[in-house]
Amino acid sequence: MKKDTKKIAVIDYGAGNIGSVVNALVKLGYQPTVTDSVSVILKSDAVFLPGVGAGRDTMQSLQASGMTAAVLKLVELRRPLFAICVGMQVLLSSTEEDGEHRCLGIIPGKVRRLPQGLKVPHMGWNQVRQVVSHPVFNSIPDNTDFYFVHSYYAHPADSSAVAAVTEYGIEFCSMLIKDNLFATQFHPEKSGEPGLTMYSNFLKHALS
Amino acid sequence: MVKGTSFTNLRDAGDPVEQAAFYYREGADELVFLDIGATPEARNTMVNVVEKVARQVFVPLCVGGGLRTIDDMRRMLQAGADKVSINTAAVQNPGLLREGAAIFGRQCMVLAVDARRSDNENAAGWEVCTHGGRKPTGINVLKWIEEAVGLGAGEILLTSWDADGHRAGYDNELNRAVSELVAVPVIASGGAGTLEHLYQALAFGRADAVLAASIFHYREYSIRQTKEYLAAKGIPVRLQ
Repeated sequence: MKKDTKKIAVIDYGAGNIGSVVNALVKLGYQPTVTDSVSVILKSDAVFLPGVGAGRDTMQSLQASGMTAAVLKLVELRRPLFAICVGMQVLLSSTEEDGEHRCLGIIPGKVRRLPQGLKVPHMGWNQVRQVVSHPVFNSIPDNTDFYFVHSYYAHPADSSAVAAVTEYGIEFCSMLIKDNLFATQFHPEKSGEPGLTMYSNFLKHALS
Repeated sequence: MVKGTSFTNLRDAGDPVEQAAFYYREGADELVFLDIGATPEARNTMVNVVEKVARQVFVPLCVGGGLRTIDDMRRMLQAGADKVSINTAAVQNPGLLREGAAIFGRQCMVLAVDARRSDNENAAGWEVCTHGGRKPTGINVLKWIEEAVGLGAGEILLTSWDADGHRAGYDNELNRAVSELVAVPVIASGGAGTLEHLYQALAFGRADAVLAASIFHYREYSIRQTKEYLAAKGIPVRLQ
């Protein structure tokens, strides 16, 4: 399949590391569209939801830009979606960042602050232990280091969607997979070759 | 726990884009561009460099040395930098740290500190120097760093002006004092001449990461060799 015949969207909601995600996809030979158009997003074959910063602000930006409905629809349609960092966190029911705030509720559970005692934000490379077997991990050895920047983490109510875990003071869920929804707390686009491999695996899986 | 080691400073590198790609392929965990120059021309050049580097390097990029305003920072971040480092501008206007952290997030805001050992009464221990290390300020390094972290600095790039360029090891008393003082990552810089020096800064200086320029620039050691050395000494490093 030719890479340029498939439509890949990167959701632009006025925040996040959009450029880095786009650069990674271009490096892999794809031609992603950066968009805030709901109709373009819903017509795409695979969608990326980037994120950097605070969960509450991200939710507000998503709502203000009309992207909340788009993301919910994508999940309902089981359209391949890859959410990154805060993009992962907003998938849960609520976040305790700056008080208690409702999130998308796609994955039941809460977003909690990393425990006291360690340096927060958790910023740097850390090991990702795979707890499920999935083509998205093809050619990525277990316990490979990925790059993290976050102060909060997703705590799903049950472990059914937990695909990988990482230890930083506590063991937390660093990757979720549910049907065609993929979400990482780490930044594959900043994680060197293993990160590019993960995006490549996701797109091969999503577009096949 | 130490995770992530900043290995590269492209201070005197030839073609920065080529150098960055080389270090990325070698396994650098993060790239730091410093001393980019304070003139508008130099900053424009740097924006182009960052854009090109970001298209082929997929590890975090930090840019600093000449950034004065929120707008300067925004341009670098939009060009593809993940973090910006400020030094003199923050000393002159500490509010810049708070403003930058509010807009970009504190994970973006790196405070670069040039520290020099001092007998100055107010700055007992180490004194902050600005303007590329040339200008002593009379400000105490530990007090400044504590204040800056309170304002919004998310990481400290700590250069010992006494050790820098001597290749006789980092100032690990300084590294340790700062690492134990603040709850944000500290990158030790200045003084690396051997791999043992890097190990000492991580193990005894308690730095979260080490930055080294000349030992890589002159190809005395490869990044892989360095990481293997550190791993053998029990420092967690990323090997791929």
